[in-house]
Amino acid sequence: MTDQRSQAELVRQSLKRRYRKERRFRAYGITAIAIALAALVILFADIIGKGSTGFLKTTLTLNVQLDGQMMYLDDATDERQLKMADFVEPLIQALIREIPSVTESDRSAVRGLINPYASVTLRDALKANPEWLNTTRTMTFLAHSNVDVYVKHAGNEAYSIKLSEQQRSWVDQLQEKGVIETSFNDVFFQNGDSRDPSKAGILGAVVGSLLTMFVTLILSFPIGVAAAIYLEEFAPHNKLTDFIEVNINNLAAVPSIIFGLLGLAVFINLFGMPRSVPVVGGLVLTLMTLPTIIISSRAAIKSVPPSIREAAEGIGASKMQVVLHHVLPLAMPGMLTGSIIGMAQALGETAPLLLIGMVAFIVDVPDGFFDSATVLPVQVFLWSGSPELAFIERASAAIMVLLAFLMSMNALAIWMRKRLERRW
Amino acid sequence: MKLNKAFATVALAGSVAAMSAPAMARDTISIVGSSTVYPFATVVAERFGTKTDFPTPKLESTGSGGGMKLFCQGVGTQHPDITNASRRMKVSEYDLCQKNGVKDITEFRIGSDGIVIASSKKAKNLDITLEQLFLALGEKVPDPKNEKKLIPNPYKKWSEIDSDLPSVAIRVMGPPPTSGTRDSFNELALQGGCEDLPAVADMSEDDMEAVCQSIREDGAFIEAGENDNLIVQKLIDDKALYGVFGYSFLEENADRLQAATLNGKVPTAEAIAADEYPVARSLFFYVKKAHIGVIPGIKEYVEEFVSPAAMGPNGYLKSVGLIVPPRDALMKLQNKADKMPNLQKKELM
Repeated sequence: MTDQRSQAELVRQSLKRRYRKERRFRAYGITAIAIALAALVILFADIIGKGSTGFLKTTLTLNVQLDGQMMYLDDATDERQLKMADFVEPLIQALIREIPSVTESDRSAVRGLINPYASVTLRDALKANPEWLNTTRTMTFLAHSNVDVYVKHAGNEAYSIKLSEQQRSWVDQLQEKGVIETSFNDVFFQNGDSRDPSKAGILGAVVGSLLTMFVTLILSFPIGVAAAIYLEEFAPHNKLTDFIEVNINNLAAVPSIIFGLLGLAVFINLFGMPRSVPVVGGLVLTLMTLPTIIISSRAAIKSVPPSIREAAEGIGASKMQVVLHHVLPLAMPGMLTGSIIGMAQALGETAPLLLIGMVAFIVDVPDGFFDSATVLPVQVFLWSGSPELAFIERASAAIMVLLAFLMSMNALAIWMRKRLERRW
Repeated sequence: MKLNKAFATVALAGSVAAMSAPAMARDTISIVGSSTVYPFATVVAERFGTKTDFPTPKLESTGSGGGMKLFCQGVGTQHPDITNASRRMKVSEYDLCQKNGVKDITEFRIGSDGIVIASSKKAKNLDITLEQLFLALGEKVPDPKNEKKLIPNPYKKWSEIDSDLPSVAIRVMGPPPTSGTRDSFNELALQGGCEDLPAVADMSEDDMEAVCQSIREDGAFIEAGENDNLIVQKLIDDKALYGVFGYSFLEENADRLQAATLNGKVPTAEAIAADEYPVARSLFFYVKKAHIGVIPGIKEYVEEFVSPAAMGPNGYLKSVGLIVPPRDALMKLQNKADKMPNLQKKELM
């Protein structure tokens, strides 16, 4: 009797302590989540804070006098003349007309406000519309990247160091007159890479990523699923299959750069495939994604309840019919989810691509699997190493695009799992 | 039905794999090599792409040595056409090229690049020898009491090395080890000031290099990121700080920065181009002649590179910081681009 009472007493005494312990334990959990969330918020705030201005472009709208004499051009349909003509002068003259305080001696400073490729824009416009020669046109050109960062980060001294005092006052005047404006940066989505930040875009990298991912998907999904089905359904359980299984799991943990080395040695040096092409990139990433797909596919097959198999076998289905008609359709959602996650991993990969030459300066947008291409994360890497200030925001903007891709892939995986998965 | 689909997918996958087996013809020029030449070559490549109907060349920044290795691997479209280098081709690399059938190579020396030690215009400028520079920045330096013995760097102030130098703490901001500028700084400036010291005289070459190219890690040398703009900003804010970077950056910020005199030489574009300034190096590119006519546009690319629009006194390469060759040297380069003479082994020895 006394024993019981003292025991109850003991429990009551320890109760408080146990509750405290539990509260402490919960607090640890909440702290851990808070730290993770804070890290995420800081990361996003940094990227969005830096990158949001990357989605803006700065333009100059000028009344350009396309004076043939000044441009050494009297026939805008003549290819040869177009090549030799001076397309910079009309731009400088148009700007000088806009800024009253400018004299002829400031020409090179004025030129520093216009994008170095604005003359190419003018040339292409004239080539397309030869009748514009000797008329005055209102046209919009990109501003120089130094002007671009100055306008977008007004008041921040670190962003104005490339412009002289005089140039800054001109820019302020032009902005007041509405000649210099900022608008949505469509150039960023229409161009490939460039050494000029204002002209640089991510289209080339996005297309390269899509091509590479297509090759990866089309190879790794069928191979991965076939391997998983064989290992799970047909393979005998012996030392050899155990060995294979262990090695597939090991492969999933191999650093990705190793796959790049393998790709260089096998695909490029042995098979003589070209460097920097999406096919080789896709093959290398296939090797990297395969273990992820095999492991998740096997898990999906394992989760199909034996009763389904037994029922099918019971009505006389062959092994193959059981697999193809019943197990595979039921396991498919899990396999797809695993594949999408594997693909998302591959999409963010740069290290193996370094060795097969996809970390390169490529201007033209690739138009095939055998065209030189780069991918989104590589573009981020290249821009973040460039000294030009305007590339900092372009790099962050590219990160945002990459994150959008990754998020939509993960959302697709979640949606598919919710939508298609069956529970038993 | 499902079976057919599965087979179709596998067949498609197989055909993609089969298609990729033969080496495909390439119509884009492939350029590899030095990260120092990369910023110049990319600008030329992009201009070349917009000016002509040829596709824009593809550039990989592999480092000078890595570029040579790829370049000398053989003739054929899977190998690069041009390699950039921030040093001359080595004899061993030339031999490798010859061994692999890359017989005819043309060399172009496209200009120079100098490394300066800069400070704010309001700071006291340095007038220093390379030896003093090594004593200030080396990890292990000769003991002042026994010049044969190496001790961890004891110097805290510039004036402790030489009373003519400013009496401020040694603090130098420079590029990280991944940078090509750092490599040349180690090689040309630090090793240049150290290899004649009695303390390293008896060492093997490898040991000497290890001693001469180690920078102190006690806070006197501050590694900045690759963002040179940041170094410029820091130098302007802090008058006791010195910074190491490429000459082009000094030129761009000439109104706010000044450069130290090294071994009595002030870094000017002329002194660097003439190799008088001690921390200067020449930049090169090498063309694989067997690929001319196979890959379209190689000759035109080279012509664009050496054109006055690019390398002339007002050329666009100058505006990105290349120290362009003088007029007669440029004429010679243009002549070379026209004739494409072969590089001879004896030129490299």
